[in-house]
Amino acid sequence: MIPSLPRPAWLRTATAAYLIAFLVFLFLPLIVVAVFAFNDASYPAPPWRGFTMDWFLGNAAKARTGLFQDADLLGSIWTSFVVASWVTLLSVLVGTANAFLMERARFPGQQVLSVLIMAPLVIPGVILGISILAFASRLAELGEDLFGWELDFLRPGLPLVVLGQFSYMATIATLTISARLRRFDRTLEEAALNLGASRPAVFRTIVMPYLAPALTGSAAISFVMSFADFNTTLMLVGADSPLTVMMYGRMREGASPVLNAVSLFLMIASGLLALTLLRGGSKPPQVQVAAPSAP
Amino acid sequence: MQTRWHARLMLALLLAPALLWLGALIILPHLDLALLSLRQRTGPQQYVSSLAQYRTFFHEPLYWHVFVRTAVMSVVSTLFTLLVAFPIAWIIAKILQGRASSLLFIVCLVPFWVSETVRTLGWMILLRESGVLPALLVKLGLTAVPVEFLYRDATIMLGLVYTSMLFMLVPLVSSLESLDNSLIEAAYDLGASGASILRTIVIPHAAPGITAGCIIVFMLTLGNYLTPTLLGGKNSEWFTEQIYTQFITRFNWEQGAAFGFLLLGLSTAMVMIGLRLAGQRFGDVMRRT
Repeated sequence: MIPSLPRPAWLRTATAAYLIAFLVFLFLPLIVVAVFAFNDASYPAPPWRGFTMDWFLGNAAKARTGLFQDADLLGSIWTSFVVASWVTLLSVLVGTANAFLMERARFPGQQVLSVLIMAPLVIPGVILGISILAFASRLAELGEDLFGWELDFLRPGLPLVVLGQFSYMATIATLTISARLRRFDRTLEEAALNLGASRPAVFRTIVMPYLAPALTGSAAISFVMSFADFNTTLMLVGADSPLTVMMYGRMREGASPVLNAVSLFLMIASGLLALTLLRGGSKPPQVQVAAPSAP
Repeated sequence: MQTRWHARLMLALLLAPALLWLGALIILPHLDLALLSLRQRTGPQQYVSSLAQYRTFFHEPLYWHVFVRTAVMSVVSTLFTLLVAFPIAWIIAKILQGRASSLLFIVCLVPFWVSETVRTLGWMILLRESGVLPALLVKLGLTAVPVEFLYRDATIMLGLVYTSMLFMLVPLVSSLESLDNSLIEAAYDLGASGASILRTIVIPHAAPGITAGCIIVFMLTLGNYLTPTLLGGKNSEWFTEQIYTQFITRFNWEQGAAFGFLLLGLSTAMVMIGLRLAGQRFGDVMRRT
């Protein structure tokens, strides 16, 4: 029960024990991944054989390929980075336009559109992937049959991966940005207009600075989620694999501590990103809400 | 006159990205997928429209067995997620206060900034036969030889509960935070027991958060691919895996499309039932998350 009511000692103990057990449950997998990135053995499993940096720095001379020598893994990190940048850019742009559309404009059919905007969140990622895959190949075939065009970007590959991830990330960006726009005090805008500011000036100096935390927040969420997306990506991927798909393939083949090394790299990178955002002063709830892996 | 024209242009400019996005990436692809699922290949480049793909699903016990199994396991794992998350949400929203409360909330969300692949790798290192937990059990003398924990239903369930935790925790915390403590105090002063406070005050108040959390967790679990295939291996028998097999491995897109629609139908039906049970509207629920 709540602190203002008497709580028996056993209940306090049980609560504390449960909390500790929960935190162990939450962090144990991550700790294990991090620890075995430094184990001096060719398989990420106990017993502990001593500390090594081989899984980061190892090269042919040591007969171990460390992360920084593993061209495939580094390439897939770069691929993920490129994909995530595009997805972020598209999602924030479309999300911002949608936020203004839903919060400021009034037009017939708005209700229907607001339901449609939510829809990508209730469609499983695998289905988003296959539907875009099938539709894109149909377009590609049509283009080839009718006009003789080679529309390679519609074949499985990175452009489709970007579109697939963007198809649901735009919804998340829309929700984050409209939530902030809804709380905006419109009298500020009216005051500025009354004082003679032009509409573009009001937009630039009042509305955008107010929206900025939501824009950076949704950009960070899009970037992290794009990096983590698996379901949609798996269906649309071509020759170049983003990191999650590459890791998945290697995890099925058998484990090497290089995967632990790249995972540790991911943890540090996303931890730093989260910290910067929290420090950035935007009230955390906005950012916290969707720190998630892919739907 | 000019401002009206201006307003129209603005509206059109704002509508364009939304319509392009929803039309080209959501609506048309799903219509196309529907058409795909309703045809049958009779020869090279020859198709007739038929319900054969759906018929195969019902006639082939393997397919609907996997379908039902995926649905049931998703429901069970959603309930487990709720049970595990509720006390933690209560601690964050009601027992701890101020900085301690928001710190714990942030700490609970941290693991979910890392991708599911990494978290699943952690579970594999912990649970596989040569992994940490079996070694520990042997050392403690609890088992004679290392036990294989992977490839079991319970392990799949564990992974699913773990990976969905965030999506349950966030709506639960926000709905419990809005509950006025004085209601609980009043009930206590009037002699209500802990159980009846929970049943008559806390749960009705938190119902929107519980519904939102359950719906999202269920959908994500149903559509999950990574956790069941990695933790369950060949024994996972998860429906998304069937879709992948039909689409990518066998290149039987018609069958895969039908499976996709069945999964989508199941997911939509469960969302509707959940909303009906809680008497809520879709938009309100999604806005909570």
